Amino acid sequence: MRPNLILHVIAKFVIPLIILFALYVQFHGDFGPGGGFQAGVIFSAAFILYSLVFGLETAEKIIPPHWLRILASLGVVIYAGVGIESLILGGNYLDYTLLGSTQIAGQHLGILLVELGVGITVAAAMLILFFAFAGRGRE
Amino acid sequence: MGNHISLLLVIVPLIAAPLVAVLPRGRLPWAVSFAVSVVCAVFAGIQLWSVLNGGVISYELGGWAPPWGIEYRIDAVNAFVALIVAVIAALTLPYALHSTEREIPDEKIPTFYSALLLCLTGLLGITQTGDIFNVFVFLEISSLSSYALISLGKQRQAFTASYQYLIMGTIGATFYLIGVGLLYSQTGTLNMQDMANILPSVLQLNTIVTGFTFIMVGIALKLALFPLHLWLPNAYTYAPSVVTVFLAATATKVAVYVMLRILFTVFPQTFTIATPADELFIVAGMAGVIIASFYAIYQKNIKRLLAYSSVAQIGYMVLGIGFATATGLMATLIHLFNHALMKGALFMAIGAIIYRIDSCRLDQIHGLGRAMPWTFGAIVIGGLSLVGVPGTAGFISKWYLVTAALEQSAWLPVAVILIGSLLAVVYVGRLIEALYFKPAADNGKVVTEAPLMLLLPTWGLVLANIYFGLDTDLTVGVAEQAAAILGGMKP
Repeated sequence: MRPNLILHVIAKFVIPLIILFALYVQFHGDFGPGGGFQAGVIFSAAFILYSLVFGLETAEKIIPPHWLRILASLGVVIYAGVGIESLILGGNYLDYTLLGSTQIAGQHLGILLVELGVGITVAAAMLILFFAFAGRGRE
Repeated sequence: MGNHISLLLVIVPLIAAPLVAVLPRGRLPWAVSFAVSVVCAVFAGIQLWSVLNGGVISYELGGWAPPWGIEYRIDAVNAFVALIVAVIAALTLPYALHSTEREIPDEKIPTFYSALLLCLTGLLGITQTGDIFNVFVFLEISSLSSYALISLGKQRQAFTASYQYLIMGTIGATFYLIGVGLLYSQTGTLNMQDMANILPSVLQLNTIVTGFTFIMVGIALKLALFPLHLWLPNAYTYAPSVVTVFLAATATKVAVYVMLRILFTVFPQTFTIATPADELFIVAGMAGVIIASFYAIYQKNIKRLLAYSSVAQIGYMVLGIGFATATGLMATLIHLFNHALMKGALFMAIGAIIYRIDSCRLDQIHGLGRAMPWTFGAIVIGGLSLVGVPGTAGFISKWYLVTAALEQSAWLPVAVILIGSLLAVVYVGRLIEALYFKPAADNGKVVTEAPLMLLLPTWGLVLANIYFGLDTDLTVGVAEQAAAILGGMKP
């Protein structure tokens, strides 16, 4: 890939900000607009920008594709696991109230964990899709 | 446990699917999936038993009371359909072990089983939920995973078939969603029971009629009702054998269930009868039976032959819906069950042939019946059941269907059912002629009987075809209760 100084510098400056914004959208999702889906997409956008500027091989060194598959599965398991946890605590599936000491604490923790699962899966799935299309024609 | 079983039926395959996807290659993904399918079948059995004995199960997800939260609401109708799906899955998975090793590349096996479990999750979810929007979500889960499963077929046409299904299926799902949106705009609820209570007061609005139409066309696409069946023959033909077995025996059945629910639970019965919907179903059903059966006769590919026969069988089910009487609905529900048995058995037997000769063309299977007697036997009995010979399950469904038609003195449908059966004799006959009466091709290849792991599930279904043709306590009994719940009071 042809080195392009301006792109490299700007990308290195912007990528941490994108990731920070993604984390903000993720964890502020229960107070304001946002949530796991949006955060996951923003998060993966940072990595997509990185691989556009620095090349696919470099990006795959940072996140190997088989990790992505594990992460994508992990997110679903976190989501479903929160539901199972509330089953074990004696409530109905995904009844967050039982997860904390008070109802508000429980609901808060529940939605945070579930959205975390959503975020991880969405980010990983976006990157899997991107790598699948970007990697076409390599082999 | 109690009511949690209804939820676990959906959650167990849902959790297993991502876990299976990250398992190493080899037989472990299969073993986990098989265990999950057996667990689901047991849960579905318990669920049906408790519904039959204790009445409706209602489960509030997240502890939110309906109509605000999502409710799983299970009565005899969906418990019955869930049992069909779960049992077929539990029979398909032992069959899958060898068949997928032959047809799916090694590195794709974990994802294959993962997609199969997701498809199971979606289908079971549709049957469990009492929320009309939740149905759409599960419909998409099952559809998206089945597009992926179909595209894994060995031939390159599998991609086109899958893409075709993707386009048609997405249009169907979108239509359904548009319809749900229109209904929501007038009723302000998504809970089926709640909507059923509110709908009678707004029934005369054009929005409701439009929503109803969108939903019906959308589901008709998903269940491959003639003439919206165009995706089905290719999808069934080019999908891997296991996928064909599973989808043919479950996916369209679940779509029929959704149609029944919307027509008879959500909307008042009088509405269906007041609109031309019931007449249209009878016309489309009759056309499907005759035309698809004719198509089946002229097929050169045995999987495609059976696929067209599936379109014809869906015609029978829709005929029963069109009659909108208790007997008609019973016939539909009984045929739902019996058709899963016969098509499951037939596609499994065809899969066994593909396993041995790697082809499903009619001119390449000459004389195979003598080399593979057990597989041939399965095809003969499955075929007889498809025709509706007394003593097989197919006879029971045709009997109730004809009774339903006679009750209404609807002579044309009776004639169509009989002609459809005669056409089935012709296409099943072509299959049997090629397998048994044509001389075997003399190319030096010795074909032996299929492995036991393929034959056992096949014969399980074949024997079920005979059993449910003789002892109808389960099918007719449950269908009677289910039809009573759905209504069907048209004089």
